[in-house]
Amino acid sequence: MRKLALNDEILLKIEKPARYIGGEVNSVMKDPEKVDIRFAMCFPDVYEIGMSHLGIQILYDMFNQWEDVWCERVYSPWIDLDKIMRKEKIPLFALESQDPVKEFDFLGITLQYEMCYTNVLQVLDLAGIPLEAKGRSGEDPLVIGGGPCAYNPEPLAEFFDLFYIGDGETVYRQLLDLYKENKSNSGTRQDYLRKASEIEGIYVPSLYDVTYNADGTLASFSPSVPHVPKTVKKQMVLSLTDTYYPKRPVVPFIKVTQDRVVLEIQRGCIRGCRFCQAGMLYRPTRERDVEKLKEYASQMLKNTGHEEISLSSLSSSDYSRLKELVDFLIEEFKGKGINISLPSLRIDAFSLDVMEHVQDVRKSSLTFAPEAGSQRMRNVINKGLTEEEILTGAGQAFEGGWNKVKLYFMLGLPTETQEDMRAIPELADKIARRYYEIPKEERSGKCQITTSTSFFIPKPFTPFQWARMYSNEEYIARAAIVKHAFNDQLNRKSLKYNWHDAEITVLEGVFARGDRRCSKVLLEAYRLGCIYDAWTKVFDYGKWLKAFENTGTSMAFYNERERKIDELLPWDFIDIGVTKEFLVREWERAMKGEVTKNCREQCSGCGAARFGGGVCNESKN
Amino acid sequence: MKARIKFRKYGSLRFIGHLDVMRYFQKVMRRSEIPIAFTGGYSPHMIMSFAQPLGVGVTSDGEYLDIQLTAPVASERAVAKMNAVMAEGIEVLSFVQIPEEKKYSGMTITAAADYRVTLLESARSAEQTRRIPGILKAQAEHFLGQEEIKVWKATKRSEMEVDIKPMIYDMQVGDADIRLFLAAGSEHNLKPDLVMEAFLDFCGEEKGAYPLHFHRIDVYAKNPDAWADEKAAHVRGAGLVTLESLGKKIGE
Repeated sequence: MRKLALNDEILLKIEKPARYIGGEVNSVMKDPEKVDIRFAMCFPDVYEIGMSHLGIQILYDMFNQWEDVWCERVYSPWIDLDKIMRKEKIPLFALESQDPVKEFDFLGITLQYEMCYTNVLQVLDLAGIPLEAKGRSGEDPLVIGGGPCAYNPEPLAEFFDLFYIGDGETVYRQLLDLYKENKSNSGTRQDYLRKASEIEGIYVPSLYDVTYNADGTLASFSPSVPHVPKTVKKQMVLSLTDTYYPKRPVVPFIKVTQDRVVLEIQRGCIRGCRFCQAGMLYRPTRERDVEKLKEYASQMLKNTGHEEISLSSLSSSDYSRLKELVDFLIEEFKGKGINISLPSLRIDAFSLDVMEHVQDVRKSSLTFAPEAGSQRMRNVINKGLTEEEILTGAGQAFEGGWNKVKLYFMLGLPTETQEDMRAIPELADKIARRYYEIPKEERSGKCQITTSTSFFIPKPFTPFQWARMYSNEEYIARAAIVKHAFNDQLNRKSLKYNWHDAEITVLEGVFARGDRRCSKVLLEAYRLGCIYDAWTKVFDYGKWLKAFENTGTSMAFYNERERKIDELLPWDFIDIGVTKEFLVREWERAMKGEVTKNCREQCSGCGAARFGGGVCNESKN
Repeated sequence: MKARIKFRKYGSLRFIGHLDVMRYFQKVMRRSEIPIAFTGGYSPHMIMSFAQPLGVGVTSDGEYLDIQLTAPVASERAVAKMNAVMAEGIEVLSFVQIPEEKKYSGMTITAAADYRVTLLESARSAEQTRRIPGILKAQAEHFLGQEEIKVWKATKRSEMEVDIKPMIYDMQVGDADIRLFLAAGSEHNLKPDLVMEAFLDFCGEEKGAYPLHFHRIDVYAKNPDAWADEKAAHVRGAGLVTLESLGKKIGE
């Protein structure tokens, strides 16, 4: 029987001890004596969030297929256990072996959102690994970062030995073989990092020098050592059909956020919304073969025992074989008590028909994400969804028995005017009016239109990467304008409006487009006690303000100035395939309110065709 | 057809709570392809009920759930199929057919449970046990000899004082452990920690002086008519038999 890292007394005292015991169905046990490399894969948030992440399940499965590697999972201990581990000096451990993370060869950390950055420090700290890479020795694991936030790794540059830029399925084998080779040649940590930097897609921050201009902007960014590449190229799996996919994902004992089988039907998105980072990073769009997906669905349901299956992609409606796949899932599994959930579907006749088959119309709500209230604003962000499409979709849904609608918008988009803000409640009201057009005896009571707004955050590698953000107060003022306009609507009693605080928004803004100097703010915030910043009940904005003040860092410098097109940006050394020329072109078109067609309608020459696959090749067939 | 599953819970899975064990078994049913029946309606769920919840931290050799089948499965095959897809820490011990009537369901007939309580060297580990001190052994008789044993029992809304003596069917203080045979089920239910707290308090021990580990040995039913196999039934006290013995093996 496995010996647990935490003793019974602790396990019986803390919330949800099952977060820390491992041993779940399909978790992989190996003999540590019989592997060459021990890899700790970490999602720096609580177990229930981390276990819901598909990317880690994919990599966990891939690593463990390799006989010489044992990959184990690590999550952030929740704050109750965090305190106990510090007090009793219990080192952070991996779930499978329950061994200390410090004994591993690699610690991989996935970076999914900026507000987990202090948790990265928490993980390193609890593991007993020096926070800054320069303080580490050959005894410490190599700390490697990946995931969407690794596309601007600079705010975290001091804390990581390496970053992996792009799809994880491609060069990990090379990276691990190099590690073994270096070890057998008695090479040092430095030797390894230098050689690793020559592998495509690998970024070793310690091998680059950064200088700044007097105004604080970047002056230069270049390798400090010969043979280290000037640009780091994004890695991409061209064929999603012929790569790794976890047929036996780990089944948690406790309820987690994504407690179901997840089928990734495609990667990337053809739409080109100008605010969307994923839409640019994962170009070109690549589909997984429908026959393969059917096979995976059956195997995964059988191997996990889950009672629900969900499709995952940025825009499921754009998957070319969606109807065939959904028909198969309904036919095959609906009668066996398996729920089918279809997120990110465009509302149209087809999706309404599908939804009627898979869910209870009376209980479920329809979701639209127009992102902006006015057509002008939607053109600026290139969200190809018209008011007519929304009203037609909603109308069809209302006639089919639905009476709940959820709407998602962003505030603070580039060029936004008060008129654009007021257009949000006006659109919500038009949807309600459409509902009340249905004769009283044919509709089921009142309708419920729930509108939520978030604040726009410009992200690297998007056409809006140069855009300015606003202050916390300005965001709240914008939300107040929307709130007031809701009160003026005819159907205000059927409309509900939610908005969030902007405190987290402005911090996310800083770290999304920050540079290396931001690392000292992170360190200071962590020192002041910030962790779990993505959790509103834990988040402490006061401490963050203090961290900015103590380090003499200006939030406004990162957020509130519009960057010049020719400014050297901290992430410019990464090549994602999509060219800067394209992003500039799109930024200019946005300012003119010009819409750009999606990849299937017309190629707009973004540069991703260079990879020679996915949607770029479709049209040529 | 109705079937009763008996399983044991040990090792690290004692830290998994009752609701999660229920979810766990739903997934076991699917993985092992046991032909379990579903309720009707828009969101059908498995027809499955647990006899008696087990507290977090407690281990057990006698946990039960009853399920409704759509087709018969041989006992041995069902046990093998389930154990093939099990995580370490839960093991299915038997699978038997039980009568269809609701009055024989595990939840309805559960009347008692017995426990083994061990004293630990430290609360850090349930492995390191210590011998029962003579003073406790000497007090056991006096403890049970009281007219009534009043304790404060927390209910859903408040706390109230109850006499637990009628719910203690037996208590044996040995050298290595303390055996408790207590009322369990929907009518009267007594948790072993409550008894131990009252006992240690009676012995004049400070609260928390003895870290304890609780292990449930089995769960018992009254009214052993139906199909009880009297010989295998481990009849205890007032004609109580294990839930398992109220079922019969399903052949190939």
